[in-house]
Amino acid sequence: MSDTITFTVDGVEVTGRKGQTIIQAADDAGIYIPRLCWTKKLKPGASCRLCTVLVNNRPTASCTQPIGEGMVVLNETEQLITYRKNLVEMLFVEGNHFCMFCEKSGNCELQAMAYRFGIAAPKFPYMFPKRELDASHPDIFLDRNRCILCGRCVRASRDLDGKGVFQFVGRGNHKKIGVNAEARLADTNVDVSDDAVGSCPVGAILKKRVGFAVPVGQRLYDHQPIGSDTEAKARRSARGK
Amino acid sequence: MEKPKVATTSLAGCFGCHMSLLDIDDRILKLIQLVDFDKSPVDDIKKFSGDCLVGLIEGGCANEENVEVLRQFRRHCSILIAVGDCAIMGGLPAMRNGIPLQECLDEAYRNGPSVYNPSGRVPNADELPLILNRVYPCSEVVKIDYHLPGCPPPADTLWEAVVALLNGKPLNLPYELIKYD
Repeated sequence: MSDTITFTVDGVEVTGRKGQTIIQAADDAGIYIPRLCWTKKLKPGASCRLCTVLVNNRPTASCTQPIGEGMVVLNETEQLITYRKNLVEMLFVEGNHFCMFCEKSGNCELQAMAYRFGIAAPKFPYMFPKRELDASHPDIFLDRNRCILCGRCVRASRDLDGKGVFQFVGRGNHKKIGVNAEARLADTNVDVSDDAVGSCPVGAILKKRVGFAVPVGQRLYDHQPIGSDTEAKARRSARGK
Repeated sequence: MEKPKVATTSLAGCFGCHMSLLDIDDRILKLIQLVDFDKSPVDDIKKFSGDCLVGLIEGGCANEENVEVLRQFRRHCSILIAVGDCAIMGGLPAMRNGIPLQECLDEAYRNGPSVYNPSGRVPNADELPLILNRVYPCSEVVKIDYHLPGCPPPADTLWEAVVALLNGKPLNLPYELIKYD
């Protein structure tokens, strides 16, 4: 029996390996499904819901759904694009995202997602929540104003670093990133070289003293939308045929 | 035919967005062939001489004068554009939104490390506009028709937007012209 599984994404035939999730198989095929809480190195968290696709007409998180033979996946429908825009806009208004002075600007996945979707301004009212900043650690900032609760640091610290430095605390509106210490990040065993530190898609966890090292115009998403490297793969293989 | 009129203002902003408008360089000569400026720091006209087609708003609302000017713009302009991050989301001045107003004033006029103010008085003259409890994005005060993000928005963004608007064409900004920084 063959280990390959064939299904379609927006009508395009995609062949993946057994055990892959939709997002993994789509990535390999050069089809970009927007995502914030998922990265290649981590187990899926399925919290941001940006990667929601329609699988046989049912909304499903493509980062957790395994591929199946003959599956019909819809990724870029007008409705799904609207959902994703709304999600990104809601993330912007429910935090304090001051891109103009953020060290992550230009390399930020949340910002890049908004650029990709062509969002000029969120249509929801800004909430200006009061969030805590923790600058206690000599090498690392933790600025909860910018946190989007994707949980990438939680999973990276637990699964890659084997430390469990970060964890969610509270529920609903009060949910925030907590640290494994009485109060401060400085009192944990986190190290600046930890995967958890590099895993943050936004500017919530930052290394100190390296801000603005890359000039405007040379940053990750200054010229090319997020996901275009994945999509370039599909164009290359199409030319090869 | 009379040229359409454009008005601009800087509320709680830094004039950076107006500087970006000047960054359109020699296209400003084309711009003044296309439009007349009404109330604006560009020509230093202080009061509206009549109704305008377009109002460009820089900055959010930090005090009651900002609100008053913004409402004037809404009354006089058919199309109101929030230019820059401060007009859209409050920008840097909105960093005080999580801090009680009294604490902000104390830090600025009484307790700040570089403050010398033996009387301990906070400026409160009648001619000073009353400061608001927090900084409000323009869209929370009046209806805003379009948003041009950036800190400041690139000159090309402003140019493309104004030209598209004057020609009645849809605005399709290329990827590199929508920036939040």
